[in-house]
Amino acid sequence: MTPMRAKSAPPSTDMNDTSEAIVPDQTPSAKSHPAPQSGPVPQAAARPAEAKMQAKNVNFHYGTFKALHDISLEFPANKVTALIGPSGCGKSTFLRSLNRINDTIRGARIDGEITLDGEDILKMDVTSLRRRVGMVFQRPNPFPKSIFENVAYGIRVNGLASRSELPGIVEKSLRRAALWEEVKDKLQESANALSGGQQQRLCIARGLAVDPEVLLLDEPCSALDPIATAKIEDLLVAIKDQCTIVIVTHNMQQAARVADSTGFFLLGKLIEHDRTDVIFKNPSKKETEDYITGRFG
Amino acid sequence: MTFRNAYRKAVNNVMLTLTGVCAVITVSTLFIILAYLVYNGGKSVNLDFFIKLPLGTGETGGGMANAIVGSGEIILFASLIGIPIGFFTGVYLSEWGGQGSVYSFVVRYMNDLLNGVPSIVIGIFAATVLVKPLHHFSAIAGGFALSLMLIPITAKNTEQFLSEVPRALREGSYALGATKWRTIASVVVPAARKGIMTGIILGVARISGESAPLLFTSFNNQVWSNGIQDPVASLPVMIYSHAISPYDDWHRQAWAAGLVLLVLVLIANIAARLILTRGSSPGRG
Repeated sequence: MTPMRAKSAPPSTDMNDTSEAIVPDQTPSAKSHPAPQSGPVPQAAARPAEAKMQAKNVNFHYGTFKALHDISLEFPANKVTALIGPSGCGKSTFLRSLNRINDTIRGARIDGEITLDGEDILKMDVTSLRRRVGMVFQRPNPFPKSIFENVAYGIRVNGLASRSELPGIVEKSLRRAALWEEVKDKLQESANALSGGQQQRLCIARGLAVDPEVLLLDEPCSALDPIATAKIEDLLVAIKDQCTIVIVTHNMQQAARVADSTGFFLLGKLIEHDRTDVIFKNPSKKETEDYITGRFG
Repeated sequence: MTFRNAYRKAVNNVMLTLTGVCAVITVSTLFIILAYLVYNGGKSVNLDFFIKLPLGTGETGGGMANAIVGSGEIILFASLIGIPIGFFTGVYLSEWGGQGSVYSFVVRYMNDLLNGVPSIVIGIFAATVLVKPLHHFSAIAGGFALSLMLIPITAKNTEQFLSEVPRALREGSYALGATKWRTIASVVVPAARKGIMTGIILGVARISGESAPLLFTSFNNQVWSNGIQDPVASLPVMIYSHAISPYDDWHRQAWAAGLVLLVLVLIANIAARLILTRGSSPGRG
């Protein structure tokens, strides 16, 4: 784990412009954004390293407080990207900007550009954006409805399928979230009766039911025990061939286990973004190294 | 040190006694009213009370069938007007009227003021706008007057229970592509359903006992009313008119009406408590 000292830590005066300088050099194809495509985008398997979502110079304010400074980051299709950093560093704020759930907070303001398949999400209809970019929250938040209705909710509100197709979609989504075997006999029971880990997997199933292209997870395991955590990590790896995943986590082992690339946030700035093994074994910034070796944060 | 300790113990005991005595006074007031009413009303209430019309001045016997039905009619009108308006006002205040909005501050404040307007003033107002121009008392005017009392109760209660629904639930719905209204209708209101319903039942129970707003609006009627534009009898007004009369049998009838009204209100109260406690799921109301 000890980083090699070959790359000496940058002088601290560099800190302010680091976020602009970050381009993951290991994935050169991700640097150039794909040409804007007309018509439906072919499913990503063909060109796996393309950026599904891309943030350019994103600044975010809560009232007068500037929470994000000039963040530029891209999320390659069908990869898991982890965002790590100490509490209050802006990683959750950034994640919550990707589906504009922060729009609902009074006094929140964003500038810069975030694109989904090359399309600016800030100009997109917010409900269709959120249908394509799903989200799982820190604490399980099942609706006070039955298990079935929880999973069917997204289909219903978006009118995605007919009534007769619902049971099939619900089953498929619960299977993808590795919950089907545990709940198949009690689909009509209240979701609140499930354990915390089951509730969180239900929330993942609920998100998967609308077939999102991107799934955002905001510390999804912080309220769960290690067994439930392991189940969720397994299912993230299992579903990434069908969607692009961005996960905020406090748990660095978790980032190391599930993420293809990792971004390190500090005080509202993106300090470093690289392949996960590089971030953990050979980070180029001193702040990253200090954080992952537990010297602060 | 020992003196200090004794002093602290004494203060403790005095306060315990004081609060305890006040609690006993509160509870016993209710029980004395109940016992007195059950004693007097129990003697007076009989089958005739429910199925017969009031008899003429000074005659013995008869009942208040028309007042029971009339009360139901007026309360139904009041509910049809008051519950939807109050409910949607509460939804607006909780979901769209944030802390910073001047408009919702005014609405919220006016709603509290309306809640505090004396019921007799509400009655005069309803009489001015509905009885005077139409030149007769009516069940509709009575229902309108009571609805003005029901609106602020329902609005306040609805707002309170909706704003207790956790933000995480709303975000969960938004994150699936639901619109704000869909989120309110399918997630927020159902999550607060029990509290809202309980509040409505208690509000209806509260207006059922009002007599002042009805004195100048639905007035009274010794027989069945001919329709909703006609004066109509109601239990609270019947209690008033019978209790101030000089006849013993009318006093008896007033006691019976009081008991019936109280039992109806108690049933509503208990039903509300059952709804609130029974289906409440862990963690979320």
